[in-house]
Amino acid sequence: MRPSQTTITAAPPGPDVTGLLPDHDAIAEWRRLRERLARAGRDDSAATLAALAGGIRRTVISTIAAAGLGHAGGDLSVTDILTTLYGAVLRVDPADPGWPERDRLVLSKGHCSVALYTTLATCGYFPAERLSTFAAPLSPLNGHPSRRSVPGVETSTGPLGHGLPVGVGIAVGLRLRGSAARTVVVLGDGELQEGSNWEAAMTAGHRGLTSLTAVIDRNGLQQGARTSATNELEPLADKWRAFGWEAVEVDGHDHLALLDAMTAPHDAGRPRCVIARTVKGRGVSFMEDRVEWHHKVPDAEQARLALEELR
Amino acid sequence: MILEETHDCRDAFADELVRLARADSRVVAVCNDSVGSSKLGTFAAEFPDRLVNVGIAEQDMVGIGAGLANAGLVPFVCGAATFLTARALEQIKADVAYSLANVKLCGMSPGLAYGALGPTHHSTEDLSWLRAIADLPVIVPADPAQTRAAIRWAAETDGPVFLRIGRFPVPDVSPPGAPAFTYGRAVRLREGVDATIVATGTMVSRAMQAAALLEERGVQARVVNVSTVSPLDREEIVAAARQTGAVVTAEEAVPTGGLGAAVAEVVLETRPVPMRLLGTRTFAPTGETGFLLEHFGLTADGIARSALEVLGLDHG
Repeated sequence: MRPSQTTITAAPPGPDVTGLLPDHDAIAEWRRLRERLARAGRDDSAATLAALAGGIRRTVISTIAAAGLGHAGGDLSVTDILTTLYGAVLRVDPADPGWPERDRLVLSKGHCSVALYTTLATCGYFPAERLSTFAAPLSPLNGHPSRRSVPGVETSTGPLGHGLPVGVGIAVGLRLRGSAARTVVVLGDGELQEGSNWEAAMTAGHRGLTSLTAVIDRNGLQQGARTSATNELEPLADKWRAFGWEAVEVDGHDHLALLDAMTAPHDAGRPRCVIARTVKGRGVSFMEDRVEWHHKVPDAEQARLALEELR
Repeated sequence: MILEETHDCRDAFADELVRLARADSRVVAVCNDSVGSSKLGTFAAEFPDRLVNVGIAEQDMVGIGAGLANAGLVPFVCGAATFLTARALEQIKADVAYSLANVKLCGMSPGLAYGALGPTHHSTEDLSWLRAIADLPVIVPADPAQTRAAIRWAAETDGPVFLRIGRFPVPDVSPPGAPAFTYGRAVRLREGVDATIVATGTMVSRAMQAAALLEERGVQARVVNVSTVSPLDREEIVAAARQTGAVVTAEEAVPTGGLGAAVAEVVLETRPVPMRLLGTRTFAPTGETGFLLEHFGLTADGIARSALEVLGLDHG
């Protein structure tokens, strides 16, 4: 039969849309890294975490550029927070994401999914090659993280102001079960304009949830403008203290400062808020502190420049 | 007419929940300052640590429910149906249904139960809203036996569930000797060949009374109790349309999107027949619940009249 213009030939190979399974080689490498960090001196730890974060930032840029979708600015501002958590704080087992005694990480600012996916892949929750399917048809890696399809994701997020109430529930539940596991919720600063956060902050303060830590990615920008020009959040630490929390402010790109803030002994009976002062678009000069890079996608040349700067 | 004994289904709910909690330490209750109205007093006295009262904060309440489930517990999240569903609808969608969290949402005192407190307190849209959410079973027990069986099923089933727990007193309608509740199955309470009344919750006993009135007019009406509003028992609805040729639905809710719409979708797609959808079509005027049910024609007389209308027999 003579092929006509309407003949349908074999479809090009699509992205791998099967479920995500652990990558045991990556897990072994991540475990070695954790052990090294546990023994390392401060200078060595800082260098190791910085190298890890650099790799994650590069993957974030290439993943977003390839997919044509993502939130580069916020991904780059939250990277050091996630790197510190998964590199040196959270007790988790990527080979057994449902381990009941695991520490829980809830990314409330779900639009920064690429930073989370990349970090999870670095730990071996799934093979890093699967990051190339981000946002492709039927990929488990949606624009916002889904508990249904991504191991390591504790609750589906995307709509803002959802993570902290869920984190409070986890902390209450773990305490009821007599578990020593910790709960960490990473929030954007803009999303603190959602009232649900303050309902949860009040509950956590009232219940004295010492196993709960909220980390605020305080980059000062939201989708449309500066937070200060939109709906002022300051004095932010005082707000958390007024709700019964312990609040500390740190440089959110200083891994050791983050590590100290996340692991210091708790004030008796108080949950902790770590306000991490960050720069949106951190590491890429033309993205840094620029509101348009909230969800602008780098073109090929911009991606090349960004990767060069992140080298 | 014999005066029947009636029950507030919240009592059966509260008693069964305490039994479940005694048998399974994972069962916890969450509420929004509604210990009294959710009838959680006994639970609170017996399991003070396992009652999480978040105060007047429904978004927090539902998110906390999802978190408790994540921690391995089985939370029954209780609040007045209107505040639970309207105030926390996005949490129900994202944190519970889309996250497949093992949360049991218990909407208390639904429909017009709050009577003269007015439409701000009436939960008449909940069935429409929740039926639109994927992977969220919507369960409306019609009497105490169904209430007990439904919450036992919910506790044993891993995944999200919404239970609509009635306050307006209802008589027993479950036939003795049969399982009171089977997930996804409607129960045919009365055979009939001329028309079918499909009812849920408080309307089931009234549908049975309507069928008795219709019999006096020579009309044999089938009565189907739909306790799983979503996902609907399509087979039973198709059988009703095919075998009786006319369908009336009755619910203490807006039929636009609720049971009425659910049944109409199936009838339209499979075997179109004349239908009437009874429910609350407007915000309610002032009045106690019984008066408001009459106002909307949600009575035995009203249901029977609608059946006659749909059969073209309403002229005497």
